[in-house]
Amino acid sequence: MIKKITNISDQGIICDFGGEVNKDINKKVISLFNYLKEKSNNDEIKGIYNIIPSYNKLVVHFDLEKNNSHKIKEIITSIDLKKLTTSQSSKTWTIPVCYDDEFALDLENLTKSLKLSKEEIIKTHLETEFYVYMIGFMPGHPYMGDLDKKLFTSRLQSPRVQVPIGSVAIAEKFCIIYPYLSPGGWNIIGRTSVKLFDTKNLTNPCLVSPGDTIKFKKVNKLELK
Amino acid sequence: MEQSYFEVLRPGINSTFQDKGRFGVQYMGLAPGGAMDYQSFLLSNVLLNNEKNTGAIEFAYQGPLLKLAKGKTKIAITGNVFFKIYSQKGEVNGEPYRTYDLNEGDQLDILATKASVYGYLSIEGGFKLDKFCGSVSSQPRAFIGPNDGKKIELKDKILIFKNSTIQENKIIRNIKFEEKRIFSVLPGPQFHYFSTASKKQFFSTPYLITKQTDRMGMRVVGKSLENLVNSNIPSEGIIKGAIQVPGDGNPIILLSDHPTTGGYPKVGSIISSDYDDLIQQNSNKEIYFQLVTLEAAEQQFALYIEKIKRKISIIEKI
Repeated sequence: MIKKITNISDQGIICDFGGEVNKDINKKVISLFNYLKEKSNNDEIKGIYNIIPSYNKLVVHFDLEKNNSHKIKEIITSIDLKKLTTSQSSKTWTIPVCYDDEFALDLENLTKSLKLSKEEIIKTHLETEFYVYMIGFMPGHPYMGDLDKKLFTSRLQSPRVQVPIGSVAIAEKFCIIYPYLSPGGWNIIGRTSVKLFDTKNLTNPCLVSPGDTIKFKKVNKLELK
Repeated sequence: MEQSYFEVLRPGINSTFQDKGRFGVQYMGLAPGGAMDYQSFLLSNVLLNNEKNTGAIEFAYQGPLLKLAKGKTKIAITGNVFFKIYSQKGEVNGEPYRTYDLNEGDQLDILATKASVYGYLSIEGGFKLDKFCGSVSSQPRAFIGPNDGKKIELKDKILIFKNSTIQENKIIRNIKFEEKRIFSVLPGPQFHYFSTASKKQFFSTPYLITKQTDRMGMRVVGKSLENLVNSNIPSEGIIKGAIQVPGDGNPIILLSDHPTTGGYPKVGSIISSDYDDLIQQNSNKEIYFQLVTLEAAEQQFALYIEKIKRKISIIEKI
């Protein structure tokens, strides 16, 4: 449930669902996101620029010429979150990953810090059904969880200046995929060729959505395209 | 009819296509982007009777040198900009906030922004550009926008939607470029993370705008902010103007091409009505921050809208 709603700008508010990060809380965030998005699309709530769900927060960015934080807070507090259905449209995706050494840049080091063999790390990663908490940072970039406890690990001491496109990486209890060449401090365990954000797709450029489920499938280098 | 177009003889330092930006897409990790100085962008279109959200060329510091290779068009440049037009009749020193006719073969030389950063070039009817998610705004880092989001490059052909049909020219007289040094801030979601003493310094001592400033963010240096709680938080949604403070205590003001979510605590947010002025400040300039209430910020916003409307109302024919 929402613990508090505060202004983060004269054109933005944040709904705080508490400090914890878990699926149950995130599902509440996403159900409110879906509800407000629909109301905004139908123009029942005016002047919404963006609604941004994250692990345990929901940000609403609006046009102060058409709406204000007082009215938006009133709308949100009047909603009975228990009655909102959780994302009926959530999908399941299978994403091919190649765990070969040339792509899995941090796998060797992880065998030491986690005291597991490469095979055990890969097997554990493949057995996990991941939940997409949020898309953020860059277009199409998913934050997924939760990893098996055996794979919990901290970020790299010094982040890489450039992480190759499609790198699958882990840190803390989460797994991510880098859709673009970018700096990054997560532990890279493989690579995928799946395009997470496609600007040629004008109707639905972003492959996965918050609330979706992701399973990984091991492939060899040739199958990676 | 033959396609009218500009040829790029010099691209300028940071020239991109921009409109108001993309909305309803931030949940996909796509930042709104859009013109940094919305007011200047808007006025360039209004001067030309364009639809308000028609894409313009945004330039920073040095703008492009463009040759109208084919066609006839009318232009408007806004911002504090020094530019020239070369035609068969000779050389004209251009005035911003005024429309000019360009004929085939004419060159438009946008030399520099004066004591500011961004300027805008709009043309009657707009440039011929493909939209993505409802906008032509370029985000080079994510390859989003016309020509895969690339900045405008040497020898590019920039297509013109239609030739000019409007006879008269228009002007907004007496646009003043005021020096602004104090920027108003509303408390951010992690305002309470920072020590009272360091917040007191933040709201009373000067901060220098560094060269590490672009469309994504503005890094400022001054007295560092002391975080008493945690310098990492679970990532949460970001709105432009947010002032995030990483572990080193030096604030970064997030601008139009900001990451959509971020895991650094935010001490505050620049109020919306101060944003256009903030992004026009040059690096190496000292600025101050002052804490204001939501009511004051909302009042300032109403004044900001009024000022824009007033400028539109005083557009006159030359």
